[in-house]
Amino acid sequence: MQRSVTVAAAALFCLAVVTLGGCASMPEDAFQLAPTSLQERRIQSRNYATSDDAMLLRAGAGVLQDLGYAIDESNVALGVLSASKRIDAKDVGQIATALIVSALTGSPTPIDTEQTVRVCLVMNRSLADPATSVARITIQREIVNDRGQVARAEPIDEPEIYQAFFAKLSKATFLEANEI
Amino acid sequence: MKTGLKLLGWVLIAGFVSAGCASKPPTNIMSGPSQVQLRSYQTRAFDTTDRTTMLRSVIATLQDLGFVIDKADEDLGAITATKLKGYKIRMTVVVRPRGETQLLVRANAHYNLEPIEDPRPYQDFFAALGKGVFLTAHNVD
Repeated sequence: MQRSVTVAAAALFCLAVVTLGGCASMPEDAFQLAPTSLQERRIQSRNYATSDDAMLLRAGAGVLQDLGYAIDESNVALGVLSASKRIDAKDVGQIATALIVSALTGSPTPIDTEQTVRVCLVMNRSLADPATSVARITIQREIVNDRGQVARAEPIDEPEIYQAFFAKLSKATFLEANEI
Repeated sequence: MKTGLKLLGWVLIAGFVSAGCASKPPTNIMSGPSQVQLRSYQTRAFDTTDRTTMLRSVIATLQDLGFVIDKADEDLGAITATKLKGYKIRMTVVVRPRGETQLLVRANAHYNLEPIEDPRPYQDFFAALGKGVFLTAHNVD
């Protein structure tokens, strides 16, 4: 008797933790500038020696199209271009692990199937030198698993990815990308 | 028998606990929290009339905070952006003139599926924006 009550209480506690986890409160620093925000800005930005930011935006649209992105939003007056693409997120290693876990536990383990990558390119005139444009891109992705649940939602921070984009933008504009 | 009743009790309690997260009835489409107080949290006035520069500053601030811009409309003065970091925040910022000398900036945001009604995140956002535009954000009554 005593035992069944303990088990029920434990089950209720677990349920409460799981349900409340679903409405977890927002992290306090979500709207605060991170100590690393300057570093991130440097990784995500390049200076171009031109005041023609519309030309840079057009070139950026071309580069993103070459990479298979679809343009979602563009506003030349504000210097904004947003694009996205949906690509395969299957990972052989993860599938193998999921198979082993499923075989051991007897219950199927979800695997990542698809990801949506979103890129936003913003052009600004440099405050220090009006003849220079500053291009900044931010990238994020959302990975969905085979149950249709969002498995991961995260920013892309790898500097190599940003370098690769700016290298292509430089090639398209015949302009050198300078670090800010 | 007694155990059965007790179990039923636990199930009911569990039901109430999870009801807090249950999907809300469609009445929420045209209603929300107390508008007046919320609007004052979400709004600041800035001593400038340069709307385009303010909109560009909003975009730059959102990028600094890790957002990706979804929509930018210069005519309406509206910017919508999303931040993904293990959670999803969707935010809209609208800039419009206030009198002859000021601009009014209003922000509203959702954290996952819940509207953000706590004043703190908005204070943080306007503090970051104020730094970007080198202007003081005034509270609006």
